[in-house]
Amino acid sequence: MKKSVFLGTLSAAALFAGIAGAGTLEDVKARGVLNCGVNVGLTGFGAPDANGNYQGFDVALCKAVAAAVLGDASKVKYAPTTGETRFTALASGEVDVLIRNSTWTFSRDVDLKFDFVGVNYYDGQGFMVKKDLGVSSAKELDGATVCIQTGTTTELNLADFFKANNLTYTPVTVADDSEGQRQYLAGACDAYTTDASGLAASRATMPDADNHIILPEIISKEPLGPLVRHGDNVWGDVVRWTFFALVAAEEYGVNKANIEEVASTTTNPEVKRLLGTEGDLGAMLGLDKEWAKRAIAANGNYGEIFEANIGSATPIKLARGLNALWTQGGLQYAPPFR
Amino acid sequence: MAFVQDAPKDSFRLGMLIYDTRYRSITIQVVVLILFLLFLSWLVNNTAQNLAAKGRTFDFGFLWMRAGYDINQRLVDYTNDSTHMRAAFIGLLNTLLAAFVGCIIATILGVVIGVLRLSKNWIVSRLMTVYVEIFRNVPVLLWILLAATILSETTPQPRDFRQTPEMEQAGEEPKASMLFGIIAVTNRGTVIPEPKFCIGKPQAECDADPNEGGLGVIDLGIFKVSLNLLALLVVFGGSIFVNSRITKQANATQEATGIRPVTWWKSLAVLIIPSAILLWALGLHFVVPELKGFNFVGGISVLHSFTALTLALALYTAAFIAEIVRAGIMAISRGQSEAAAALGLRPGRTMSLVILPQALRVIIPPLISQYLNLTKNTSLAIAVSYMDLRGTLGGITLNQTGKELECMLLMMGIYLTISLIISALMNLFNRAVKLKER
Repeated sequence: MKKSVFLGTLSAAALFAGIAGAGTLEDVKARGVLNCGVNVGLTGFGAPDANGNYQGFDVALCKAVAAAVLGDASKVKYAPTTGETRFTALASGEVDVLIRNSTWTFSRDVDLKFDFVGVNYYDGQGFMVKKDLGVSSAKELDGATVCIQTGTTTELNLADFFKANNLTYTPVTVADDSEGQRQYLAGACDAYTTDASGLAASRATMPDADNHIILPEIISKEPLGPLVRHGDNVWGDVVRWTFFALVAAEEYGVNKANIEEVASTTTNPEVKRLLGTEGDLGAMLGLDKEWAKRAIAANGNYGEIFEANIGSATPIKLARGLNALWTQGGLQYAPPFR
Repeated sequence: MAFVQDAPKDSFRLGMLIYDTRYRSITIQVVVLILFLLFLSWLVNNTAQNLAAKGRTFDFGFLWMRAGYDINQRLVDYTNDSTHMRAAFIGLLNTLLAAFVGCIIATILGVVIGVLRLSKNWIVSRLMTVYVEIFRNVPVLLWILLAATILSETTPQPRDFRQTPEMEQAGEEPKASMLFGIIAVTNRGTVIPEPKFCIGKPQAECDADPNEGGLGVIDLGIFKVSLNLLALLVVFGGSIFVNSRITKQANATQEATGIRPVTWWKSLAVLIIPSAILLWALGLHFVVPELKGFNFVGGISVLHSFTALTLALALYTAAFIAEIVRAGIMAISRGQSEAAAALGLRPGRTMSLVILPQALRVIIPPLISQYLNLTKNTSLAIAVSYMDLRGTLGGITLNQTGKELECMLLMMGIYLTISLIISALMNLFNRAVKLKER
């Protein structure tokens, strides 16, 4: 008798462990807080500010998702993750969504069982060197020592690039961005390589930013995007369409300042559907009518988030480039809201 | 005479399993074993179910796939076209190298410090106490980071060694220069001259060849064995054998006549001359590192990550070994050193001939666990970017393939095996030195 109870408990525990992970949307609603995996510290993308609050381009998307699902952009618990710990954190259910400048690759999507729900930043891998090194092209880096973050796609790109150009190099594998910067600034490596956006962000925090240049070569495609666990399609849809809502808002000129006004005066049916004054797209997602409105109101539309965190007015000074809307020659494109 | 009658045997009842002391201990053991096995099977079952729920498989096939990344310290051949298995092997060798060198330095330092801590010289013994207390009371990770920071921040960059034509005209010296003109200490590593061999060819031609030259190498598949090194080992081994014969002969003469013949020059000649002749015949010469482009080329680069890790681990563990040595020495009764003094042995000889051999019995068992600690602590290597087993198999491979469970289990298995091997070897040594009871 006792034994069977014991065994029953065991198998129930095993089953429970097995099914935990599905139904993230319900979990988040029940918990009342969104667990968002972000970068340990990459200025502009995800880093604590002077008051210890996480700010940045990726963090803004966490807030938008929280606003859409929970109605409050501040109900986010940030889990700082390194290049090495991020996927384990997501796979184990420690975070609900990982928005941490992570590259969308085949093996991560298919083999690691994640779903990338979109690309919030089209990036590529670049090199940063000190100006007085006298190097103007990555192809002049033969024999150089290169600092690289472990657990990233950049490790493999680096090996491929040097191989393709028949150059030699010595890798110095560092655990995270801050250690990479330290080694690079100390001169322990000649060049520092990571995503070009990351290099710009790192350079912005250096005391002598003008003495460092980012070489023109972009040696890889790095589509960075938010990702969720594979198989939980409802939750994946929520994150995907929250992101698309921000992009669509920019396309239709809806921003943080005018959103209330637009919501009450617009005659564009697409905008009406987006802001919840017509149709019921929210219910299809398992949310209420005004989910997208709240997401946009939290930090503004995609363009506003970009300019506020990493745009030309910030120390990071990234141009929109590939990340401009499709109407302006970029790649950011939201499918229709209908 | 009294006969003791056996108590009439009760037939076995179930209750006796608990109330009868003859069976109780067995009952408890069986129950505990069952519970343990149940727990184990639950763990395995839970893991399997979770893997299945995530649609993940459990297999080690990834080990035979192309690794695709580079490693900066390679003791044997490796390129980014090698397999993950090969990368793990490179990491394992790096782990073993750090552990081996670390254990040797730690032992030497530990013994010296432990003995000096017992010194009658007040200042020396207090200094050693300070050393021990400082090193063993600060976490080893901090020591590793400190060593790495000191090494990389206080040493010059490779380009500081360069003398441009403009500087030459202005009569300026480069900011940094090489030690003795042959060793370059940069903020990346220490570049030392590399031994190369050359037979029957101009030296420049041998230097241009990336291979070792001389007798060449045999490729064993997993790694290559240098024939030059092998030849040297054989010759030197022969020398050691001859030298032991010379010593034995001297001992016999001493036993017979009471006078020890002078043998040091014979030993020296036997040990050095054959090896020297062999090396000369193989055309041994050293390639001095040279600054080309961004870094020094030629020569062997000992990365600071290795130096920092090994040094910090050795200094840290030496503090513990010193205490073990001190305890071992203090465990030997005073009578032993008094007896040695009565025989006329000087204090130094007393220590090496009488005290230490006996102290070894007490020292070896705790020393084993210090060696194991040091070996396991090498897994902190990633903090200073040293590519050990944890950095390759448990770091980059794990991340690129996403096979957390497989990599972790494999890594645990490997560390367990290394530790058990060290333990077994040290136990053999312990058996050799322990008190022989006759």
